[in-house]
Amino acid sequence: MAVTELDTVVAQTATDKRRVKTTSKEVWTARWLLLPAVLFLILLTQIPFLTTVGYSTIRWNLLYPNDRGFTWFKNYGTALSSGDLWPSIVATVVITALAVVFSLLFGMIFALLLNRQFRGRAVARTLMITPFLIMPAASALIWKYSMFDTNIGILNWLSRTLHLPVISWSTEHPLLAVIIVLTWEFTPFMMLILLAGLQGQDTGILEAAQVDGAGPWRIFTWITLPHLRMYVEIGVLLGAVIIIQVFDPIAILTKGTGGTKTLAYLLYERAFIGLDVGQAAAYGVITVVLTIIVATIALRTLFKVFMAGGSR
Amino acid sequence: MLCSKRALTAGAGVVAAALAMAACSSGAVSSGGGGGDGKNVTLNLATVNNGQMKDMEKLKGEYETAHPGTKINFQVMEEGDLRAAVTADVASKAGQYDIVTIGAYETPQWGANGWLVDLTGPLKSDAAYDVDDLLAPVREAISNDGKQYAVPFYGESSILMYNKEILDKASVTLSANPTWQQVADAAKKVNTSSRAGICMRGKPGWGDLFAPLTTVVQTFGGNWYDTSWNATVNTPEWKQAVTFYKTLLDTSGEKDPVSYSFNECLTALKEGKAAMWADASVAASMLEADDSPVKGKMGYAHMPVDKTKESGWLWSWNLAVPATTKNKDAAIDFIKWATSKDYHKLVGEKLGWSLVPPGARQSTYDLPEYKQAAAAYAPITLDVMKSVNPKQPGVNPQPWVGIQYVSIPEFQDVGNQCAQLIADYLANRGTVDDALGKCQGIAKKAGDAHK
Repeated sequence: MAVTELDTVVAQTATDKRRVKTTSKEVWTARWLLLPAVLFLILLTQIPFLTTVGYSTIRWNLLYPNDRGFTWFKNYGTALSSGDLWPSIVATVVITALAVVFSLLFGMIFALLLNRQFRGRAVARTLMITPFLIMPAASALIWKYSMFDTNIGILNWLSRTLHLPVISWSTEHPLLAVIIVLTWEFTPFMMLILLAGLQGQDTGILEAAQVDGAGPWRIFTWITLPHLRMYVEIGVLLGAVIIIQVFDPIAILTKGTGGTKTLAYLLYERAFIGLDVGQAAAYGVITVVLTIIVATIALRTLFKVFMAGGSR
Repeated sequence: MLCSKRALTAGAGVVAAALAMAACSSGAVSSGGGGGDGKNVTLNLATVNNGQMKDMEKLKGEYETAHPGTKINFQVMEEGDLRAAVTADVASKAGQYDIVTIGAYETPQWGANGWLVDLTGPLKSDAAYDVDDLLAPVREAISNDGKQYAVPFYGESSILMYNKEILDKASVTLSANPTWQQVADAAKKVNTSSRAGICMRGKPGWGDLFAPLTTVVQTFGGNWYDTSWNATVNTPEWKQAVTFYKTLLDTSGEKDPVSYSFNECLTALKEGKAAMWADASVAASMLEADDSPVKGKMGYAHMPVDKTKESGWLWSWNLAVPATTKNKDAAIDFIKWATSKDYHKLVGEKLGWSLVPPGARQSTYDLPEYKQAAAAYAPITLDVMKSVNPKQPGVNPQPWVGIQYVSIPEFQDVGNQCAQLIADYLANRGTVDDALGKCQGIAKKAGDAHK
């Protein structure tokens, strides 16, 4: 397990060099073949983006069609000074972070359990994966009616049976309600990634550790966890990228109250309830800038994970 | 290596950008067909996915048979989608639709903007249509400056609905015109740990929480604006009304108000999980439907009041013709057919008398078959709808026509943001003064634009 300097790693093709030598003509053919895809990408991403940047400098409320004009950066001023942006950044970070941590924790427990040999393991695994396959809107509705509901919800039936007070989830604990739904939804995702990691573990090492007298807890903390580190990192990054866009449970359970108004929901409100195209576009551009900053840092880390993984 | 890494990072950033943008750019409009050439006319109709509209789609064949060459193309959408699609189409003058379904909230505004064809003349000149048979408050709400811009397809007000069995057991009686205090007392008496005394909307949204809450505020003497568009949200009347609403919910309302709106309350009433409910009059027809467990057990009363005589709201779904249509005459002919006396009879004969669109025409309530089918709720619906005053629903005069909303474009946004602030108060996350103070600021900004 010697640490290798990144710089000294030299990539080499397995094929003979002479066979992969390319002429400049071949290079150009390759570029021409790529061109449609590149054009497609530009059409689909860059033109809408530039249009949005354009919209963000225009005073344009859909309900005032005649009052349209160029306003420089006034929309950005309104967006930054309205006081909506910071709470919604906090909400996004809190919801994403807690949902990722909890689903990782539960994912780990279930992955460890499912990694054992038992009868009906395939059935159990399929059942465990199901929450991730349900559409987000559907799972939010399932939770709203069959779990959180004060009359017919299972959670409140439980607390009534135990003579505990009935909890109004969406009213009193909106943030927790959203995080619970997201955790339920993304636990299988984390579980799948971690299970793949566990099944790639060399049983010989575990047996050797056992022979050396290590107990199950020591084996887990000293051998399994370090082995899973890479999988945990990938799980956290992919999970965060998906959960940061969350919309459905918020729209269905809390309508953005009680610190659950994430950037995605704020954007939706400005565009489809405020009907203010210019302001919504300004919020969109701000979100993009923030996302690019986060994505850059996140992707750097992701590549480090892959590279370090190669040298381990 | 490093270079390609950067490229990848930048690429990913761009993808993220595009993703975030999708929300903004989907408001774009595609303009399309709808052109009529000579005899063959296709009318594009955008409508909301309510039962009555779907019934109209079922019966459109009758119209097409009677008018060879004319085809009606229905585009049925969710209420939110319809509002967004139709607003974008009409505001940008794309001309995709020949007939649009719009609410009472939009009609006078759009009429004033010149987006809709003025129907006053074509309706008056047709004696068979009998425009004066349309309920007067509904007509007022969809007119601007004496011009009628739409025809009501169906209308509704709000009423108090209560489970007679539960109230009788607790020996509670309610008059036909109760006050809010009487209702609050009654709700307290019938409230148990497993059954709410009353179900009221609490879901944050201008059309959810604020539909009933605005009428409560108005009957307590408050309103959104005074006659010169000064916001009046931070007034004692508002505070009294909102505090009353919260106390009502806390002492005898449903446990989780943020989750509750029309559909949730309807379920609670049907399941016997709530004893009373003040909401849209159209709910009565659902509580009296054949599959309802509380059919025949319900009593109905006027919306509770405090300082005013009536506090029912007024809503209608209407058919209007955008000014951009190329088939104006055909479109007007169709909307006249769909809101005519004959259409109401057609629905009754073909689909069932309880499905006749309510709250639009006086004569509907004189049809013997309808009277029988809707005996439980037709008289009170008509009574309430005729007695509400959309020009001045509250104690003081107001500069717009309409009851549970303010006819300005900003109101959706104002109502939504204020509903979220009040939801924080309902959940004990903030004080009433704080919520109303912030709401006053939001309402003031919108009102100042109309001074």
